[in-house]
Amino acid sequence: MSEKLKVKSEKFKGLSKWFETHQPKGKWSWLGSTYEAFHTFAFTPNRVTSKGSHIRDAVDLKRAMITVVIALIPAMLFGMWNIGYQHYISVPETLHSSLFTLHCFWFGFLRMLPMLAVSYIVGLGIEFTFAQIRHHEVNEGFLVTGFLIPMIVPVTTPLWQLALATAFAVIIGKEVFGGTGMNFLNPALVARAFLFFSYPTRMSGDQVWIAADLWGTDAIAGATPLAELAAGIHPSASALDMLIGTIPGSTCETSVIAILLGAILLLFTGIASWRIMLSVILGGGLMGLLFNHLSPLTSNLSPYFQLPFYYHYLMGGFMFGAVFMATDPVTAAQTNIGKWIYGFLIGAFAVMLRVLNSAYPEGMMLSILLMNCFAPLIDHCVIARNIKRRQKRARIQSKVTAQ
Amino acid sequence: MSNWKKLLIEPLRKTNPVMVLVLGICSCLAVTAKLKPALVMGASVTVVTAFSNLIISLLRKGIPSRIRIIVQLVVVSTLVILVDQFLKAFAYDVSKQLSVYVGLIITNCIIMGRLEAYALSHGPGESFLDGLGNGLGYSLILIIVAFFRELFGSGTLLGYQVIPQSLYEAGYQNNGLMILPPMALIVIGIIIWINNSKTESK
Repeated sequence: MSEKLKVKSEKFKGLSKWFETHQPKGKWSWLGSTYEAFHTFAFTPNRVTSKGSHIRDAVDLKRAMITVVIALIPAMLFGMWNIGYQHYISVPETLHSSLFTLHCFWFGFLRMLPMLAVSYIVGLGIEFTFAQIRHHEVNEGFLVTGFLIPMIVPVTTPLWQLALATAFAVIIGKEVFGGTGMNFLNPALVARAFLFFSYPTRMSGDQVWIAADLWGTDAIAGATPLAELAAGIHPSASALDMLIGTIPGSTCETSVIAILLGAILLLFTGIASWRIMLSVILGGGLMGLLFNHLSPLTSNLSPYFQLPFYYHYLMGGFMFGAVFMATDPVTAAQTNIGKWIYGFLIGAFAVMLRVLNSAYPEGMMLSILLMNCFAPLIDHCVIARNIKRRQKRARIQSKVTAQ
Repeated sequence: MSNWKKLLIEPLRKTNPVMVLVLGICSCLAVTAKLKPALVMGASVTVVTAFSNLIISLLRKGIPSRIRIIVQLVVVSTLVILVDQFLKAFAYDVSKQLSVYVGLIITNCIIMGRLEAYALSHGPGESFLDGLGNGLGYSLILIIVAFFRELFGSGTLLGYQVIPQSLYEAGYQNNGLMILPPMALIVIGIIIWINNSKTESK
C-alpha cells in the first residue's frame, strides 16, 4: 500500500485527481486500508506485484463477486415481488385485480431495503474495522454475503436479530479464520444457522413467512410446503406455483425459475462449478427416489415418502442452496472428483434430513454446513489417492524399462 | 511478589488452566448454561484440586513412581465422593443439575495435571496453594462463561430476572444458541482470543 498508485483515466479526471491528492499520510495513514478499498473500487489499479509469480486473470475477486451479485438479482427482484404478493393475497380487503401491478413489488422493495441496509452496514463495518486493525486490504467477499443474508431469512426477521447474525457470521464465521478466502463455512449460512438456533420461533413455523404490514415483525399465518410436509400434510401449493415461486418462504429463495436464470449466468461465466450444481441435484433426486422405493417397506405413512423426487427441487431452499451456496468456491471441495462427492452428499443429506427429521423442516442449510466441514477431508483423500496411483504407475513404468 | 502470592495469582491469568493450558474444557461446556451450577462446580473443583495436591504432596516420598497414577486416582476419587455426598446433603437441587459432572471431576485434566506437574515435586504448603490457585483460575473462566450464557440465554442471573420485562415487550428475545454447548465453546474461544491479543501486545 505504500507504493504510489498511478491511475490515469480520461474520464473521471476529477475523481482520479482527488484520489491522488488525498492519499492518507501522516496522522491519517492508519486509514490506508479504507482508502485502498475505495480507490480500487473506483479505478482498476495498474500496480504490478513486486515479488513471486502470480497468475494474472482478468476475472479478479471483485469481478467474480459482482458476477454472483448480478446472478442473484433475478431472485432478489422476484423475491421482492413475492413478499408483496404474499402479503396482498393474505389481506382480505385488498382488490385482487391489483395483484400484478407494481404494488406488490413496491411493498416487497420497502421490506427488503432495511434488511439489505442492515446486513451491509453491519457486515462492511466489521470488515473495514478488521482490515484496518490488521493492515490488510479490504476484501470484496462481503459483497455477496451481505446480499445473500437478507435473501435466505423470513421476511419478518427483526432487524436487530439480523444485525446480530451478520456480526456473528462475519466475526466467528470468517474473520477469526483470517478473513475472505480463509473461512471454512459459508458465512451467509452461518448467519442463517445462528438465527435458526438462537431464535427458532422466528425462523420456522407458520407465523413468520408473510409480512402483516409494511413495518414491524408481525406476520400473517401461512405455512411453507416444507412445514406442511413436516406436519404430515401434502403441500397445498401446486408444483407449478412452486416452480414459479408464488409460495410463502424465505424472502428470495422461492422461485426456481429466477434462481435458474442466475445459474445460467454463473455457469456461462464459469464462476460456479457445474460439477457441484449437477451433483447436488443428482444426490437429492436419487435420495428422493430411494425414499419412494422404501415407502412400501415402512409402516411410516408420512406423505414425504411418496413425494415425487422433483418436488424436493421445487420446495424450500434446495435450488438456491445448490446454485449459490454449495458452489461457494472458498468452502466447497477444490478437486474435481471431490466436487462430485461433496455435491452429491449435500443433495442426499438435505433430502434425508427433510424426510426423516421433522424437527428440521429444511435440511439444505445444515447439509451444506456439514459438507463444508468435510470438504477439506474429501480433497485430502482425493489427492492422496491420486498420489498413490501415480506412484504405482511410476513403479510399473520403471519395472518395464528395467526389463 | 512473594512466593505464595505468585502461586495463587499466576494461575488466574498467566498460566490459567482453561485459557492458556486449555484443560478442563469438557466440564466448561457442560455446566455453564446457568451461573449457579457453575459456581458450585468451580468451588468443588477448587476443593478437590487443593486437597488432592496437599495429600499427594504429603505422600510424595512414599509413593513408588510406578503406581503413582493409581495412588493419585484413589486420593482424587475419595475427595470427589466426599464432595458429591456433601452436595447431595446440603445442595440437592444443584447436585441434581450437575448430575454426572461432579463424579466426572475425577477425569478433569487440571487435577491430574497439577498432581503430576507440581505436587509430586513440591512441599505440601506450596502444593496446596498451587491447587487452590488453579482451581480458582478454572472457576474464574467458568463464571465468566456462565455469566454471559445465563444473561443472554435466559435473561437471568443466579435465577433472578435481570433483563427487564419491558425489553421483552419491545421485541427482545433470549438467544437460544447461548443455552447450547457450542456457544460455550465459542465464548471460551473469544475469551482466549481477547487474552492472547492482550498478552501478545505486551
